[in-house]
Amino acid sequence: MAAHTVRVRRPWGVVPTGLLLLGALYCLFPVCWVLIAATKSPGELFTTSTLAFGTGFFDNVAELFAYRDGVFWLWAGNTLLYAGGGALLSTAVSAVSGYALAKYRFPGRNLIFNLLIGGILVPSVVLAIPQYLLFSKIGLADSHWAVLLPQILHPYGIYLARVYATAAIPDSMLEAGRIDGASEGRLMTRVALPMMVPGMVTIFLFQFVAIWNNFLLPFIMLGDDGKFPLTVGLYTLLAAGANQPALYNLILTGAFLSLIPLIVLFLTMQRYWKTDLSSGAVK
Amino acid sequence: MNRSQRGAWPYLFLTPAIVLFTLFLAVPIGYTLYLATRRTRVSGLGLGRGARREVFVGFDNVAAALADGDLWAGWLRVLGYGTLVLVVMLGLALLFALLLDSTRVRLARFSRIAIFLPYAVPGVAATLLWGFLYLPSLSPIRDVLDIDFLGATTVTYSMANVAVWGGTGFNMLVLYTTLRAIPRDLYEAARLDGASELQIAVRVKIPLLTPAIILTTVFSIIATIQVFTEPTTLRPLTNTISSTWSPLMKVYRDAFTTGDLYSAAATSIVIAAISLVLSFGFLRIVRDRAFGEG
Repeated sequence: MAAHTVRVRRPWGVVPTGLLLLGALYCLFPVCWVLIAATKSPGELFTTSTLAFGTGFFDNVAELFAYRDGVFWLWAGNTLLYAGGGALLSTAVSAVSGYALAKYRFPGRNLIFNLLIGGILVPSVVLAIPQYLLFSKIGLADSHWAVLLPQILHPYGIYLARVYATAAIPDSMLEAGRIDGASEGRLMTRVALPMMVPGMVTIFLFQFVAIWNNFLLPFIMLGDDGKFPLTVGLYTLLAAGANQPALYNLILTGAFLSLIPLIVLFLTMQRYWKTDLSSGAVK
Repeated sequence: MNRSQRGAWPYLFLTPAIVLFTLFLAVPIGYTLYLATRRTRVSGLGLGRGARREVFVGFDNVAAALADGDLWAGWLRVLGYGTLVLVVMLGLALLFALLLDSTRVRLARFSRIAIFLPYAVPGVAATLLWGFLYLPSLSPIRDVLDIDFLGATTVTYSMANVAVWGGTGFNMLVLYTTLRAIPRDLYEAARLDGASELQIAVRVKIPLLTPAIILTTVFSIIATIQVFTEPTTLRPLTNTISSTWSPLMKVYRDAFTTGDLYSAAATSIVIAAISLVLSFGFLRIVRDRAFGEG
């Protein structure tokens, strides 16, 4: 992304620029629409122009937070717990595994890597229902653990960590550490993991978004709406309010508020959104 | 480089991943296979202890799933929906990635961020937004276009639109990142030979992108076969989506509404098998085509 400084200015095309702007417009349109809709009072929602801001935003927010004794707050808190905690654990597991797979030669290395990566081919439903049944057997279905634990292992995270460790950690650094008498455990915590931090931020972000957006697993696992994440909460809100236009404000405001954290994270962490970590390592 | 004196260390580092893999992948898969071959048999009137027993039935459940009309209807719907989503989403992702990479666009950074933005919107929220945009009483689109977006035939297109909206940005980013990693002087040579931007895109860039296109296609196929969130979320807004609209919705209904875990397990195995066959089949076809090897 630093390449544009050396790029020669060429005449720009109206058609390519126009096509891209059309794509941008298409992608921004629903988000802008819900931003406007969330500001409207129940009366304004059906009567005023769709592009005119309303006057009811703070009333809507207050009403949403009062809804069923503030269950929306709980959903937001749960989502943060699932996505934040899950992504943190997932990043740690991915980084340690990726480092081991990248920097050691040992019997079974390829088998273990292929098994871990192969997990990406297994449809989530093949896992979610038996996971629910097994969690029920040990009395943990409908608990926070049931949503948190199955989402820690992520094949893509391990793959990215391996690619990043291969590119970012020179073997000579590890050898130098060994000559100085450092144990393999110290080498990992003091030399390898600090060098992997930029890659780990990327893995954390992808995992955070994946868990934040997950619907199927919590939908299957949870019955108590006090443990729902925002996705399942919004779904129940929609299912309850789809036939009652008076509740539309609540649903739209909830949808809008649930978008803000991720969009902020997304815009502030632009430089970490990469899908190819091997090129990002050489800085 | 590293010899056996490192001994147990790599295995120790991999222990958390292997434990999680066993508990949350291997055991559930095994349990699904086990359930899929079992069924409750009721003897006599089904009263009293021992009247209901779980017995081994071999492939009966899988055979029943394969013969199920509801499931096939679901597959057909998902095939139509999935083809539409894959072609439009990946087509747009490729087009946008190539446009961003060409030197002839302005506001490229703004467009790139805007197109990637829906990736940060959960599927439930995306479906909810579009769902309301489809409602006649709210939609600014309905003011311009007089189409019933939630009718029996249009609902598939409306759902595909949600998936395209949500998925284009991520795939565009994968392709764009790959393009940025290609040395620029490769294009300079073509430019000096008098090739136009379009020719460079078609003759040079797309062939170099082929591995990334294959990868995004396979992942998109796997994701599309498992479509669940969009139809489930759209259901409260229309009566044109049945509870068995997609195969995954049927699995959910069997397991949690009907309480027939054995059928649900058998159906999920069929889904897994079809998704494996399709992704490997696709890989094979493109490999034969692109590289001329079998």
